[in-house]
Amino acid sequence: MSAYEAILLTIITASTPLLLAAIGELVVERSGVLNLGLEGMMVMGAVCGFAMAQVTGSPWLGVLMAMLAGIAMSMLFAFLTQTLVTNQVATGLSITLLGLGLSGLIGSGFVGMPGIKLEYISIPVLSDLPVVGKLVFGQDPLVYISILLVLGVSYMLKRTRMGLIIRAVGQNHDSAHALGYSVIKVRYACIAFGGMTSGLAGAYLSLVYTPQWIENMTAGRGWIALALVVFSTWLPGRLAAGAYLFGGVWILGLYAQGMGVGIPSQLLSSLPYLATILALIVISTNRRLSVINTPASLGQGFVPDR
Amino acid sequence: MSSSTLTEAAPSSKGSAQALLAVKSVSKKFGDFVANDAIDLSLEAGKIHALLGENGAGKSTLVKMIYGALQPTSGQIIWQGEALCIDNPAAARELGIGMVFQHFSLFEALTVTENISLALPPHLRTSDLEERIASLSQDYGLPLNPQALVVDLSVGERQRIEIVRCLLQEPRLLIMDEPTAVLTPQEAEALFATLNRLTTEGCAVLYISHRLEEVKQLCHDATILRHGKVVAQLDPQLETAATLAQHMVGTSVHEVSRQECEQSGEVALQLSNLKQMADTPFGVHLLDINLQVRSGEIMAIAGVAGNGQGELFSVLSGEVINDVAGAISIQGEACGQMGINARRQLHAAFVPEERNGHGAVADFSLTENILLSRHAVADGQQPLHKGWAGIDRAELASVNQSVAKKYDVRSASIDAEAGSLSGGNLQKFVVGRELERQPKVLVINQPTWGVDAGAAALIRQALIDLSRQGSAILVISQDLDEIFELADRIAVISRGHLSASHFASEMTREDIGLLMSKEETSHPVSSLSEGGA
Amino acid sequence: MQLILEKRAQASRLMHFASPVLAIGLTVILGGLIFAAMGQPPLKALYLYFIDPLTNLWSIEEVLVKAAPLVLIGVGLSVTFRANVWNIGAEGQLTAGALLGSIIPIFFASWQSPLALLVMLILGMIGGALLAAIPAFLKVRFGVNEILTSLMLVYIAHLLLDWLVRGPWKDPHGYNFPKSVSFEGWQLIPTFGDGRVHLGLVIALLIALLLYWVMTRTIKGFEVRVIGAAPRAGAFAGFSQSRMVWFCFLLSGGLAGLAGIIEVAGTIGQLQPNISPSYGFTAIIVAFLGRLNPIGVIFAGLLLAVSYIGGEGVQIELGVSDKTAQVFQGMLLFFILMCDTLIHYRLRLLKGNGGAQ
Repeated sequence: MSAYEAILLTIITASTPLLLAAIGELVVERSGVLNLGLEGMMVMGAVCGFAMAQVTGSPWLGVLMAMLAGIAMSMLFAFLTQTLVTNQVATGLSITLLGLGLSGLIGSGFVGMPGIKLEYISIPVLSDLPVVGKLVFGQDPLVYISILLVLGVSYMLKRTRMGLIIRAVGQNHDSAHALGYSVIKVRYACIAFGGMTSGLAGAYLSLVYTPQWIENMTAGRGWIALALVVFSTWLPGRLAAGAYLFGGVWILGLYAQGMGVGIPSQLLSSLPYLATILALIVISTNRRLSVINTPASLGQGFVPDR
Repeated sequence: MSSSTLTEAAPSSKGSAQALLAVKSVSKKFGDFVANDAIDLSLEAGKIHALLGENGAGKSTLVKMIYGALQPTSGQIIWQGEALCIDNPAAARELGIGMVFQHFSLFEALTVTENISLALPPHLRTSDLEERIASLSQDYGLPLNPQALVVDLSVGERQRIEIVRCLLQEPRLLIMDEPTAVLTPQEAEALFATLNRLTTEGCAVLYISHRLEEVKQLCHDATILRHGKVVAQLDPQLETAATLAQHMVGTSVHEVSRQECEQSGEVALQLSNLKQMADTPFGVHLLDINLQVRSGEIMAIAGVAGNGQGELFSVLSGEVINDVAGAISIQGEACGQMGINARRQLHAAFVPEERNGHGAVADFSLTENILLSRHAVADGQQPLHKGWAGIDRAELASVNQSVAKKYDVRSASIDAEAGSLSGGNLQKFVVGRELERQPKVLVINQPTWGVDAGAAALIRQALIDLSRQGSAILVISQDLDEIFELADRIAVISRGHLSASHFASEMTREDIGLLMSKEETSHPVSSLSEGGA
Repeated sequence: MQLILEKRAQASRLMHFASPVLAIGLTVILGGLIFAAMGQPPLKALYLYFIDPLTNLWSIEEVLVKAAPLVLIGVGLSVTFRANVWNIGAEGQLTAGALLGSIIPIFFASWQSPLALLVMLILGMIGGALLAAIPAFLKVRFGVNEILTSLMLVYIAHLLLDWLVRGPWKDPHGYNFPKSVSFEGWQLIPTFGDGRVHLGLVIALLIALLLYWVMTRTIKGFEVRVIGAAPRAGAFAGFSQSRMVWFCFLLSGGLAGLAGIIEVAGTIGQLQPNISPSYGFTAIIVAFLGRLNPIGVIFAGLLLAVSYIGGEGVQIELGVSDKTAQVFQGMLLFFILMCDTLIHYRLRLLKGNGGAQ
């Protein structure tokens, strides 16, 4: 494997957790809900996935558990913001704080344990192809799942009735309600989907990326995923491009550190965060780009009259 | 679908005596509040039935129950002789009940086809649907481009989407909530033709309106609601507009009295080549607006909603700052670049369209809401509070009391939360707060939108009285009745352009209607389409 | 069965005060259940957590020491959140304040006078405000979401601190430990007697009282409340949304920076990689639990300070993870948001299908 291949491979592994978390949040925001609890749902997914894999010995059960943990956290968020119409920003923060705390508590017995890594899928023959072989046919299963999710969400939003309903609810919940759509049920479902992919993203960190449990191992990835959704102007294709770009920045920093470039490691570590801010600036200077896709009721609570 | 299916379907009801839909002693409570109290109503195929009543009389609640959006607390809804429970709007549509909403249930960033498809059963193919939309809209003379984004369409075109959406469901009953409120007189005539055609095809129409003349012209029966109860069921053809109004309000409405403006004074508010580009793609650009309002006169700006009225108000009030100081002058002072408080200090006052959240903060007490527009000006002259200075609550309370007294603001307590007041009382408060200052220039957007007749009469009289004391008043309104009641001169705004002004006495509704639709060309108003989706 | 909300005609005065109490109650109950699930005696654990820290002078002092930064940051955030401006990067602003203020003891260690301390405090405030100015500028100039930018800067500020104490600002005689020189004399905040409680607590309380006065008695406070409750009404009153963003960020950033320099010059006595147990994030909870009211923030700050000390207590006595404090804090914010719904709504159970949502 050439160095160039290796770099591309690591970029994909660094990008996948961002992509997984962000694709779910994209659907959530399309339905008009802002869930800032990504970091909390993700870290819960990471610890629960790790713990399940340890207890049962099966990383796949770990992945399943991670999804369930993400969904459970997202349902807490949904209950507060949809049923009790609490402030979505504050509630998202509370999910993040709660998730960081709970994950520490659950994971306190697992710190330092060697992890179980989800096995790579290697498609025989194809993965031995030069150049593209490993890159396209030799990834771990979650990478494929993440790509399928992006394609699926893109198709769903653009081409299906479900996508149309989600977009309608996100744009104008009063009209959707007047036509007889259950705004709250649609949003509950979207939030659950977002919880599931965040859990997956967490599982990716603790079962693939660095197969072990480290406190706060999400390291702000949930927040970067949120920024990615804004950066994508709510379009799945652009989201994938953004995620791989960010993964690239992340890996660039790591490689530069490894090669002993004379730059302080802290500066290199801060690259993803700086890049996030920069990306947000770039995208906001072009408002027209995002305005048509911006869900108009984003972040607003909805109380039906009865 | 074609119109022939309608003709076949409608007369299938068992004998003409049986009502298509009957509402039997239906009540609806929200907590302790009784919105509908034992309502009876009967609709027949092929007839247009008017539902009349003041704002808050319970009309919306009743039709929402018929359309399945709300469930009755007690009572029965009987469809073709069969008592049933309409669980949700989809069930109502299944039965053949369609509804055209007052504030449309449309999605601006979706296409016409997508908007229509959301109200139809799920299994239709987009291409089939587009074809059906095209053929049906042509058949009924309601032209629509299925691929257009709603944001690019005029209000009249948007209503067409709602109507076509209902017609595609082959309705037996069509509910129309204040359909003409947003139309030019000419568009309204076209709508009446469509409705008449539908009734001849056997469709029943439930028609909600407060425009009594058109109810007389169009409807076969009328049910009048007041405070959630049916107070009369009658034949509108046999009534006059005045008797209908009396049933709605309960007592005879106080007539607004107005002497002609004898002699208007100096120009107090002047707009010279005012230009203001919209800052969002959903806004309207204001283009080369020229206008003079003189002391002692009321100038009215008529127009269909969404033609730049909100934008004009913002730039006049100073909530949006213009690039050119001289584009706006108040009392001879160039103020295009001044903020709203600096303009207030030039003895100007402003009343926005939206009471809740713009003219007043719903969660704040009335006293605090006085401070909203008065913190930089007291009695219209000197700043009362500024910067970090303390708030004089006693002073505010006394202003609040005199506003409440003079303008008959009724609330649970003198210092209630603004959000707890009824629409009419809150509007009297918001208007009274400004009039209390005796401003020399007043700009008011939709002065009596959604308020009861009593409050509307009081507000209109107060505006006339202020102008006759020598103030210049600019009224922006969609309500032609109101405009003819108030205005000395009238100009019309359409797609961000303002027509020349004319004396009200020399204008008819038809003239105004023509000016309203003058710029009605097919080029999109919004800047969205320029950017490309 | 379905849970539905019914809007109250007027906000409930009773629930306004009862909601935080209810939230604390629910947190205690669920906390007890969590302890029980971990195989710990729940009552003993809760006693250790909430009561024990208040039973001896030493731990009361510790509570007060921890309350100072929480109140200081919390009052700034309470004003900010009131205006519907979302600064969630107080943790980074705290770090920035600590860094800028530490310039004096690190480079001018010999300047020993009360004035030195004053300059340190002012520099601390400037440091916090400077970092907070970045999201404010980006929000006002480009419309960039301030939640994300202010949070990203937390990570960046932490890395900057880490670099400084491991590199240029490392104590040359510190046996290569990652920390700065120890602060001395007038470059430390005076304590009361020989105890640990220092002047920072008094500063925090005074600022809370001052902000209470500003919020209830001045036009500035009115401006904050109007813009937060109804931005268009704010524009109608002639208040500028952009100026409000600047005001909120500079205020809350400055106070977080002040808390940072007070923490290093009062409690720790030097710079090190870890200067705050997430005070900046916990202060978000303090602000909400205190009803976004500066007086309420004082009480909320004390309660959350207790949760830190109680968390340490159960860790030592029962050997449970030090993360319990964070879990309790998260639950508390969760429940306070939940109970706040009751201020504006009544809850009702609807039997059967409630029809359309």
